[in-house]
Amino acid sequence: MNENSIDNLCSVTDTVRNGLARRYRAEKRFRWFGVCAIFLSLLFLVILFGDILSKGLPAFSQTRIKLSIFFDPDLLPADNLESADYNALVKSSCRKLFSEVKDRRSKRSLYKLVSEGAAYELRKKVLQNHNLIGTTRDFWLIADDELDMLMKGKILRDSTGRYNQQQLGWIEKLEHDGRLRRQFNFTFFSSGDSRDPELAGILGALSGTILTLALTLLLSFPIGIGAAIYLEEFLKKGRFSDFLEVNINNLAAVPSIIFGLLGLGVFINFFGLPRSAPLVGGLVLALMTLPTIIISSRAAIKAVPPSIREAALGLGASPVQVVFHHVLPLAMPGMLTGTIIGMARALGETAPLLMVGMVAFIVDIPKSFSAAATVLPVQIYLWADSPERAFSERTSAAIIVLLIFLILMNASAVFLRRKFERRW
Amino acid sequence: MKVYRKLAKSFYRKEKCIHTDEQAFVSAGLGGYVAVRNGIVKGSRKQLEGVIKCLLAACAFVAVLTTVGIVLSVVFEALRFFHKVPVQDFLLGLKWSPQTAIRVDQVGSSGAFGAIPVFAGTLLIALIAMLVSVPLGLMSAIFLSEYASRKVRTVVKPLLEILAGIPTVVYGFFAALTVAPLLRGLGRSLGLDIASESALVAGLVMGVMIIPFISSISDDVINAVPQSLRDGSYGLGATRSETICKVVLPAALPGIVSGILLAVSRAVGETMIVVMAAGLSANLTANPLEAVTTVTVQIVTLLVGDQEFDSAKTLAAFALGLLLFIVTLILNIVALQIVKKYREQYD
Repeated sequence: MNENSIDNLCSVTDTVRNGLARRYRAEKRFRWFGVCAIFLSLLFLVILFGDILSKGLPAFSQTRIKLSIFFDPDLLPADNLESADYNALVKSSCRKLFSEVKDRRSKRSLYKLVSEGAAYELRKKVLQNHNLIGTTRDFWLIADDELDMLMKGKILRDSTGRYNQQQLGWIEKLEHDGRLRRQFNFTFFSSGDSRDPELAGILGALSGTILTLALTLLLSFPIGIGAAIYLEEFLKKGRFSDFLEVNINNLAAVPSIIFGLLGLGVFINFFGLPRSAPLVGGLVLALMTLPTIIISSRAAIKAVPPSIREAALGLGASPVQVVFHHVLPLAMPGMLTGTIIGMARALGETAPLLMVGMVAFIVDIPKSFSAAATVLPVQIYLWADSPERAFSERTSAAIIVLLIFLILMNASAVFLRRKFERRW
Repeated sequence: MKVYRKLAKSFYRKEKCIHTDEQAFVSAGLGGYVAVRNGIVKGSRKQLEGVIKCLLAACAFVAVLTTVGIVLSVVFEALRFFHKVPVQDFLLGLKWSPQTAIRVDQVGSSGAFGAIPVFAGTLLIALIAMLVSVPLGLMSAIFLSEYASRKVRTVVKPLLEILAGIPTVVYGFFAALTVAPLLRGLGRSLGLDIASESALVAGLVMGVMIIPFISSISDDVINAVPQSLRDGSYGLGATRSETICKVVLPAALPGIVSGILLAVSRAVGETMIVVMAAGLSANLTANPLEAVTTVTVQIVTLLVGDQEFDSAKTLAAFALGLLLFIVTLILNIVALQIVKKYREQYD
């Protein structure tokens, strides 16, 4: 009997021992899965950033052509400088450069090397300085987007690309003469949208974003904080407060596109506010970020210890004074952090703004809350749809700008949290 | 020393003497002030505080108003849609092609509003997204909370959170312009024909977007499992992975399930990735290599650029919106309910 049980024990330890190697292998495998999961996720992050940076960084420089422009007084009548034919100046300068080009078709393909924006640049220069008329000056003018792509190596230099042999010859000559160079792309930061990629910029979308987000902040910050204070400090716990809490939690998880439908149905159709305007976009985004701000503000208020409230009440402060003189200042850093995170979300939001019509093609830079505008993410969406390669490059560049803003906002939220975090 | 003190005393007395008149005046003023504060002004302060409280309550009420606004705006337009297209045709129809007649006298193009292909596409993409994000997110969370050192944790966790902070339009761009051509090339070399706008691409990228969502929720839940459970398991000779699979995960299961439900609700409501990477054609297919469409894509395409709100086409978008709202609402409520029940077990 006794021996039997010892035998049994031995056989149990044997089975355990025999199984050990297998179990340790399983342990190792499991751990390896975990490492793989993290590695894959981070790999995707690296690929995403690498892809966007490699596509977008070249867009921050732009190819320009040096042309000697003769400001022909015949073409620039003093009484009509505003709408003179500046394109003709560019054309004649091109012809002078390649005097061997005679027939019309070749001429036209020659003109195609320079962007249409070059004429606007000259117009600006002349309007600023009338003394230019009659002189010959060298200017670095914007090249066409195809030439830009060629210079950046995104289009092959053979006849399979957009350019024919003749044009490639001209480009080689220009390069040889040092008339082509890449310089910082100011146009990208100083102009609105355009059909021509080389003239398209993000200033319009940026100012639309600023207008929209300003309105969002103006509405959602005070309302969010007010709601949080009311819920935490004044509302008695009960069925109504439960209802409000469930309501707010659900709003935080409602898909953003539904807020767009709300904006379309209520603000535009019912109240008749203008479509495509930062006014409606700001309202929609404010409602969307409100739950985030309320939830984080409530957490910040909850973190303020009750002893502070009791001390203030004991010294004769009224409940409202307790809140505004003591609780609110102490909870403010947490509230600001939540607000910044909410605003960062609003900054990247696209879908609800599509619904309220902020997807129009807008060249002008919006200056008021009711002007038609678009925002940076929507601009990215619009450009991503364009077939030109140069637009794909600009899309990535706009994404880089957007991500920089997001990183700045999140970093400041982290900084605020670190700096003012208090443990009571 | 004494002299000084005397001097000081006399000086103090003198000061006092000099100021008695003024002091009387001041104290009278103070008394008056206190009286005013306690009397008349206190009444007005109470009023003021009442007003402030009302304002704060109004702020809280904005959240309720928002919900009401969402429900009203979606429900009214959806009802108008159901006047034109019967509910059962919408919910059970197998053909979705929302082209209505452009001119009134035009014949034969009344449009078909059977939403089943749209739902199927949405579910297919959400399913692919879940297949990507649940294993990756869960395993990341397990590794970070059970295996990783503190140092690794503090570095890797914020990095994973970055994935959640990237705007969805960026994911959409990445999916459409980088992942889609890549997969297409890969498929061609394997002899598979992958559509340029396939469910696979959209689902894959959406899955990556949701990874940090799942991993951060699972991380919280796994950390909430009491250490004593693990210690008991180790004491019985279980290895770490056995402890995790047989003790920690079952204990954390309700929380993880609710996290997954929330993630599904996000996947269903996600817009930009599918708008840019999934197609417009409503195919009723389970093949992830084909183009499918989703509820959100249809809402966007039906409403963007359209200004008239009487056609069944634009109203259909609101009907789809209503459905989306109801589905996500149910998912959220169920998820929150599960979390609530779960919390009561361990705290």
